[in-house]
Amino acid sequence: MDLNFLDFEQPIAELEAKIDELRFVGDDSEVNISEEIERLKSKSDSLTRSIFSNLSPWQVAQLARHPQRPHTLDYIAEISPDFQELHGDRMFSDDPAIVGGLGRLDGISVVIIGHQKGRNTKSRVRRNYGMPKPEGYRKALRLMLLAEKFQVPVVTLIDTPGAYPGVGAEERGQSQAIARNLFVMSQLRTPIVTAVIGEGGSGGALAVGLCDSLIMFEYSVYSVISPEGCASILWKSADKAEDAAESMGITSDRLQNLGLVDEVLKEPLGGAHRAPAAMAETLKNAIIANLQRLDALDADDLVAQRQARLKSYGKFREI
Amino acid sequence: MSWFEKLMPSRIKTERRTRSVPEGIWQKCPGCGAQLYRAELERNFFVCPKCEHHIRLSARKRLELFLDSDTGREIAERLVPMDPLKFKDSKRYRDRISQAQKTTGERDALVAMTGLLVGQPVVVCAFEFGFMGGSMGSVVGEKFVRAVEYSRDNRMPLVCFSASGGARMQEALFSLLQMAKTSAALATLSDAGVPYISVLTDPTTGGVAASLAMLGDINIAEPRALIGFAGPRVIQQTVRETLPEEFQRSEFLLEHGAVDMITDRRQMREEVAGLLAKLQKQRMPVG
Repeated sequence: MDLNFLDFEQPIAELEAKIDELRFVGDDSEVNISEEIERLKSKSDSLTRSIFSNLSPWQVAQLARHPQRPHTLDYIAEISPDFQELHGDRMFSDDPAIVGGLGRLDGISVVIIGHQKGRNTKSRVRRNYGMPKPEGYRKALRLMLLAEKFQVPVVTLIDTPGAYPGVGAEERGQSQAIARNLFVMSQLRTPIVTAVIGEGGSGGALAVGLCDSLIMFEYSVYSVISPEGCASILWKSADKAEDAAESMGITSDRLQNLGLVDEVLKEPLGGAHRAPAAMAETLKNAIIANLQRLDALDADDLVAQRQARLKSYGKFREI
Repeated sequence: MSWFEKLMPSRIKTERRTRSVPEGIWQKCPGCGAQLYRAELERNFFVCPKCEHHIRLSARKRLELFLDSDTGREIAERLVPMDPLKFKDSKRYRDRISQAQKTTGERDALVAMTGLLVGQPVVVCAFEFGFMGGSMGSVVGEKFVRAVEYSRDNRMPLVCFSASGGARMQEALFSLLQMAKTSAALATLSDAGVPYISVLTDPTTGGVAASLAMLGDINIAEPRALIGFAGPRVIQQTVRETLPEEFQRSEFLLEHGAVDMITDRRQMREEVAGLLAKLQKQRMPVG
């Protein structure tokens, strides 16, 4: 079993392995096997297409956390090669679970902020699995205020299981840090465009995700609590995560139908990790289109529109 | 049934059953276990006279004890919850709503009123913890925003008593976004220069702590209330060590600078009135 593939991707992994083997043979054999390779490749594509056309919400959640999935810095390297990272909250420390800095998208200056997960064990631990502490949110806030001061738009990329539930995080005011971000972002006098690129987990995601335009990747998820967390509370068993994922409606298509997401970005066949550069290009174009639209508003109108948008969230009746 | 249990006469039970005391005469203190005479307890603002434990209050009782008597008038009371996701776990969300409505007598987990506090007009909201753990869904968010707007438009200070486990899972992302919605409303209240006092009571955690409850111009906690972002069980599972007894209690928050003060419930009216009078530059002492 290939650990870089998920359970339901294994048939694809097997085919891909076969193709690689053939390629290897092909190099030093006289038989022309390129036709065979082509045949297997098209078979792999159609298999991928059929598996991916019918994913359950739980499978999408797994894709959103795929070990090969590109993270914030991977996208930044593609969309803004001259990105300059800025560190620290000026109060306590620098949180590696949130990165931020100045970048340019096709010449447009932006402040980019995003959760950052690691790729191997060492970097995963250093990035704390993308779970920020209060200093991470305070760094993000500092950079947003910097953006406001110089009238530069803010782009945020969401990819976190949630805010870190630890002793130090509580001591330093995790809830205050998140609340403060929401408070300030709701009035920030510069555009905010947010894209959920992987996992959007609860308040830890929202704390950098209050925005004028919400984009979701096709195989990303966004919810109030992780499916496992929800299952262990409501079903009293984390094994029911699959049911919880279904019930909560965490996928991009469902959330778009509910009117909570503005735009869903289609992913390359097999998911963003199969063609990261293409995905980054799609992301860049979507961000730029949104920024151009928002740029037409003056700051008062922008904030008024954001306030109206926030006020409209919720479904209730009045009797 | 074992042979031994068969021998026992049926009225002798081997398991101890908890007997419930009829409502209204005696109440047991969850802090020290003392049996307390309810009328006396009520006079003492439901603070145990033996151990000072602050017994959890229903939203309506809270407002009744806080406002000048018979001045409270409910606002935004006609909001009722919906089930936008047709959510179902072991039980349907719809059924959970109707059950909670039956047991609490409330339509959802927040009650908002206008009234007088030591003679001064205020807007006050209180969470009903008995309604699905005081969780915040669309109705709680909307009602809170309406209370904020009422407070802003009439320039009456806002006080909120929180008691909540956080965002309501059954409304999923709708609930999460209420954190943004309520915080945004509070930002407009702040711009208008109308005071907001947040009183955190036992327990205030999750999405409610990480939004409206921590955004007071002044944050007050009741003694020994559990207040935090993550619940202690989740933290314990993450750090894999037993947490100190005082962790995430009001006293811990005060020590770490998260709240302005801890106020005994019996002094809450005077304390809040005093703060509001000063913030509004009233020259005479209140009362």
